Amino acid sequence: MSAASVGALARWRPRLQTRSRNGRAFLLLCYAATAVGILSLLVLLADTAIKGVPQLSWDFLTSYPSRFAARSGVLSAAVGTLYLSLIVIVVAFPLGIATAIYLEEYARPGPLNRIVQTNIGNLAGVPSIIYGMLGLAVFVRAMSLQRSLLAGGLTIALLVLPIVIINAQEALRAVPSSLRHASLALGATRWETVWHHVIPAALPGILTGTILALSRAIGEAAPIILISSIAFIAFLPDGLLDSFTILPIQIFIWVSKPQEDFHAIAASAIIVLLALLLTLNAVAIFVRDRSRRSTQW
Amino acid sequence: MLTTVGIVLVLVFETFEFFREVSLWEFFTGTVWAPLFSPRHFGVLPLVGGTLLVAAIAIIVAMPLGLIIAIYLAEYAGQRTRSTVKPFLEILAGIPTVVFGFFALTFVTPNLIQPLIPGTNVFNALSAGIVVGLMVLPMVATISEDAMAAVPRALREAAHGLGATKLEVALRVVVPAALSGIIASFILAMSRAVGETMAVAIAGGSTPVLSIDPTQSIQTMTGYIAQVSLGDTPQNSLEFKTIFAVGMTLFVMTLVLNIVSQMFVRRYRNVYQ
Repeated sequence: MSAASVGALARWRPRLQTRSRNGRAFLLLCYAATAVGILSLLVLLADTAIKGVPQLSWDFLTSYPSRFAARSGVLSAAVGTLYLSLIVIVVAFPLGIATAIYLEEYARPGPLNRIVQTNIGNLAGVPSIIYGMLGLAVFVRAMSLQRSLLAGGLTIALLVLPIVIINAQEALRAVPSSLRHASLALGATRWETVWHHVIPAALPGILTGTILALSRAIGEAAPIILISSIAFIAFLPDGLLDSFTILPIQIFIWVSKPQEDFHAIAASAIIVLLALLLTLNAVAIFVRDRSRRSTQW
Repeated sequence: MLTTVGIVLVLVFETFEFFREVSLWEFFTGTVWAPLFSPRHFGVLPLVGGTLLVAAIAIIVAMPLGLIIAIYLAEYAGQRTRSTVKPFLEILAGIPTVVFGFFALTFVTPNLIQPLIPGTNVFNALSAGIVVGLMVLPMVATISEDAMAAVPRALREAAHGLGATKLEVALRVVVPAALSGIIASFILAMSRAVGETMAVAIAGGSTPVLSIDPTQSIQTMTGYIAQVSLGDTPQNSLEFKTIFAVGMTLFVMTLVLNIVSQMFVRRYRNVYQ
């Protein structure tokens, strides 16, 4: 060892105390950051509950919006949301799951497949309001569905389609290939393998993913602003071509009013919306946990 | 696949119609946005400025918080803490954006901002930016944590073997090794913040001004689109076509951000697999 490096070594201090103090300080910072994240969620929920719970009543759930906050209710919005989700379930889910099955089980890897895959990824990142513009131009105008429930439903279906595809693909990918090989080795055709073995094995995952996509669809308001611009809907949609409103839009309209009492019923409507989402997510978690217990690879 | 083609076609077609009447030069360099009044001005810069201001505030909120939470979850927290903290992040991520808008307007502005900064407008970029930051926080935390979890154990153990403390391992080894994933999460958060509509339409206001004062009312590109479609602007008028030109600008901005973030993600995947 040369004299110079011995000198350097002699001057080197491990500063263990400072360093471990820094470590403890950082850990405190970690707690603080996590607490801020969790606290802001709790404050948000508590604030909404405090403002919204007093107006919640059976009347609120069964009345139509009105010029007077005290007489307003969410009936048309809640029913609109339910109809809209039905359209999304009927349109987006079969289409999305079929696309996922094709991409995972049939399509050969190649440049075309890669382009489709990147494209789906990019679509999932397109701002939702852009889907509204697409819906406005294609469904409302070009297909002249007017500002109808069907136009809104199809727009939201397009919006969640990439999410459904990506989630279903992940569920299919989690099925071990030994299962496919075993089935093929016993003489099953590709379709029989997919239908009798891969899909049942991936079903819980697919269901969880689609339920999460549905909860995204229910909370989405931006695209519907472009589709349904009628602010005041005091009737239930009769058919697919009727005009409609949904919970997030109703909330938006009430929040945008200057009067305090409309803000209060907006909070009540938020509670209804969150309760709906919570139920959906609880179902998703239930399905996920049940499938975890019943399947072991 | 058809959707992308559809989006691009619709936007390009309508945007083209718009630019037959308004010059590109005016659109991209004009600093006054007043398409609904006369004299009409079609300078998109105030909208872009409002959007970037909100997105910047959101990133200032989400970046440090999200990164520290990610480091905590990936390097410090035990299994039990993780399984309590993560559901909170998931719930935060699942809250509809219109609810965040309500929160910004009726809680953040009157209870947090106005007492601290008197004279703040009821509608302001700050509260909108803060809630958009909360909105994208789970995304930053989750993606960054995934990136850090992908850093091989051997790197950490080697650093510990050389006498580094846990903090030094986290900040000087794991974070640099996961940097491309972390940057990807920031860019993705930026892209979401730029495209976010409801919260900014509710809390940000509707005054298109080119300013960096976060206490004043502004208007974002998405907020403008929402405002015009709610109003009674005739559908085939030039005013209405502006939303497609603005939408096109928005689409291109988010697409570029998403592609850049994918490039970063691909980089960290390539290194460790």
